[in-house]
Amino acid sequence: MKKLSARRRHPLAAVVVLLLALACTGGLYVLLAPTSEAKADTTAQSLAIDEGKKLYAVGCASCHGTGGQGTTDGPSLVGVGAAAVDFQVGTGRMPAQQPGAQVPKKKNIYSQAEIDQLAAYISSLGAGPNVPTEAQYGPEGADIAKGGELFRTNCAQCHNFTGKGGALTHGKFAPDLEGVSPKHIYEAMQTGPQNMPSFPDTTLSEQNKQDIIAYLDAVNGEDTESPGGLELGGLGPVSEGLFGWIFGLGSLIAVAVWVAARTAKAKKS
Amino acid sequence: MSTETTAKDSRSREKAPAGERVADWADGRLGIYSLAKANMRKIFPDHWSFMLGEVCLYSFIIIILTGVYLTLFFHPSMNEVEYHGSYVPLQGQLMSEAFNSTMHISFDVRGGLLIRQIHHWAALIFLAGMFVHMMRVFFTGAFRKPREVNWLFGFLLFVLGMFTGFTGYSLPDDLLSGTGVRFMEGAVLSVPIVGTYLSFFLFGGEFPGGDFVARFYSIHVLLLPGIMLGLVVAHLILVFYHKHTQFAGPGKSNKNVVGMPLLPVYMAKAGGFFFLVFGVIAAISAIASINPIWSMGPYRPDQVSTGAQPDWYMGFSEGLIRVMPGWEINFWGHTLVLGVFIPLVIFPLVLVAIAVYPFIESWVTGDKREHHILDRPRNVPTRTAFGVAWITWYMVLLIGGGNDLWATHFHLSINAITWFVRIAFFVAPVLAFVITKRICLGLQRRDKDKVLHGRESGIIKRLPHGEFIEVHEPLSQDALHTLTAHEQYVPAQIGPTVDENGVERKVKGSEKLRAKLSEAYYGEEAQIPKPTVEEYKEITSGHGHH
Repeated sequence: MKKLSARRRHPLAAVVVLLLALACTGGLYVLLAPTSEAKADTTAQSLAIDEGKKLYAVGCASCHGTGGQGTTDGPSLVGVGAAAVDFQVGTGRMPAQQPGAQVPKKKNIYSQAEIDQLAAYISSLGAGPNVPTEAQYGPEGADIAKGGELFRTNCAQCHNFTGKGGALTHGKFAPDLEGVSPKHIYEAMQTGPQNMPSFPDTTLSEQNKQDIIAYLDAVNGEDTESPGGLELGGLGPVSEGLFGWIFGLGSLIAVAVWVAARTAKAKKS
Repeated sequence: MSTETTAKDSRSREKAPAGERVADWADGRLGIYSLAKANMRKIFPDHWSFMLGEVCLYSFIIIILTGVYLTLFFHPSMNEVEYHGSYVPLQGQLMSEAFNSTMHISFDVRGGLLIRQIHHWAALIFLAGMFVHMMRVFFTGAFRKPREVNWLFGFLLFVLGMFTGFTGYSLPDDLLSGTGVRFMEGAVLSVPIVGTYLSFFLFGGEFPGGDFVARFYSIHVLLLPGIMLGLVVAHLILVFYHKHTQFAGPGKSNKNVVGMPLLPVYMAKAGGFFFLVFGVIAAISAIASINPIWSMGPYRPDQVSTGAQPDWYMGFSEGLIRVMPGWEINFWGHTLVLGVFIPLVIFPLVLVAIAVYPFIESWVTGDKREHHILDRPRNVPTRTAFGVAWITWYMVLLIGGGNDLWATHFHLSINAITWFVRIAFFVAPVLAFVITKRICLGLQRRDKDKVLHGRESGIIKRLPHGEFIEVHEPLSQDALHTLTAHEQYVPAQIGPTVDENGVERKVKGSEKLRAKLSEAYYGEEAQIPKPTVEEYKEITSGHGHH
């Protein structure tokens, strides 16, 4: 207290008090002022649609058209559903950075709330699959082994045995599934983004999808153990062959050079 | 020393020491004394590249040892069973007994996974070692008379090793290897007329049937390794019989071998090296996973995964198939699948191309003498260029075999890579040939320059009249010998086309071809004449004025 009372006659004291007072009033105004006129007469849903439409106009309309009808640069979004939006924007694929063989995932700059608003707007254009709930993609009640069988039957031909990814034609590719959230995997199966075929519930039931997600978590998740040691990318014999040549034969040749350099010297006669 | 001899003398009057008695006993029945006398002091020259063959021999022994352990637990049967082992993501899945027992070895047999991985890593290294060993022999000309037969033995070992490997990694009946077997079945089916019969014969009916694991098993553990073991012994006997080659150097000639005796020096070195090889392979097997069949799952003909490649030594055949356009001819209700059949025909040709080279070279050069001194690759530019071209060809096909991984890891289009391989298949070996030949000639010039002008010392000297010169140090006598020891051939001529009576003789086409090839080998364009004694004297007598 002594410090305060000692400085209250400081020449700048008035300026500090004034600044504090201004910040206080400003802050109170932000907190208490009426936020928007629409709040009173619309539901949360239509508000989300409105907000989504604004976000859409900024981020998406240049390729997908002002009303989501699609242009030469981007497909129509009518009927793709909230799940597609949640996947594409949530993994950072959309809005696309540049045209190309395939739009890769990148850092997502939208908040989940904004994504939900966008999704609300897109699903207002036409009915489509909804964003799945935790109960649908969560690990509870999933059969990992069955998921593995389904994965090898339906997914491995592009995504590799354990989802490490693979090449498709003309620079397209099936991405590595490590670190992809269960929700996004579910949505990808449901909606078939980009070059992926879609697996609606009539093809792969909800239970099937859950099994596949559980399998992926078991074999390509963060806690997956590799019983044999270094996994070498999990890509099969090509990386094994490279490793064998470079580190296997390479170190054996190094050893051979070392042994040969330590030869018994002839005795000086 | 003296006390020892006296002790021995005193004992010999009573009874020889136990060791001597055992040796005497054995000599009386096996004749080991004369064998040992002839071989124990056998001289072997010393060079690290001469140990590549040892790497192969030791990894082969390691493969046999670990393989025996694996047979104790492996069930070569395709009966369907349900998995109830320790690996959770496969529990309750149906699989063949072969896969089940391999899972059992990997997860439930003590040391099983390590032994499996040693077996597999050693196989990869065995084949890689043979490849490099073969290239060492090739580039140094060690395949020349009298070693052509041993070259063929080695080549056969490589090819048999490939197929032993193939039948081996197909045994677990996992999804990856099953796809490989399916690939092989496709290749067999593409053979005109007899393809389908062959396939039914191999698989005992429609693919995959219930037989192939058991059949591959006998081929993998009995037939092929048996032949290979015999060939390895023959290979080693011939190495002993021919004596080892050596690089040119002072005191080394075509008639001697300069080096260390087998006993004790090489026995100790080779014995130690065996354990080093075993150690390195065991360490790698403990560090890195190989063929994780639990990730791949059991084979089912309706499933397939991307990234389905064979082990590296079969990779070039994968490349051939992957880049071949899918041509086919249909007539009278039959299909000739050229897209598979042509690669099937090229597959052995790639291997035969390198195998027959020694015979082509000896025909072209007409050289029937024995050679025990190795060539430096630069001194035989055409052979070296051919070898590099072949390796380039092989590597291009390996790129083709892994085209999908090149695409994903370098962000390229798989179609672009495929087209690159298609073009490079024809162009790259030619380019490699031309470039290698130029490099060899450049190195020959460099050697000539070194012999005549000495080594660049890096010391700059200023002469009284202001000129700067770099001081060149003359080479030692040893180095001069080594750099000029190689022989230079003259191109073979067609010979007189008229005999002594003036009658024109018919010159065969093969003779003309041979003269042409010989010109390409040893003509003016193909080698830099090595410095003569006169040249050397003339230049070195000039007191430093170059």
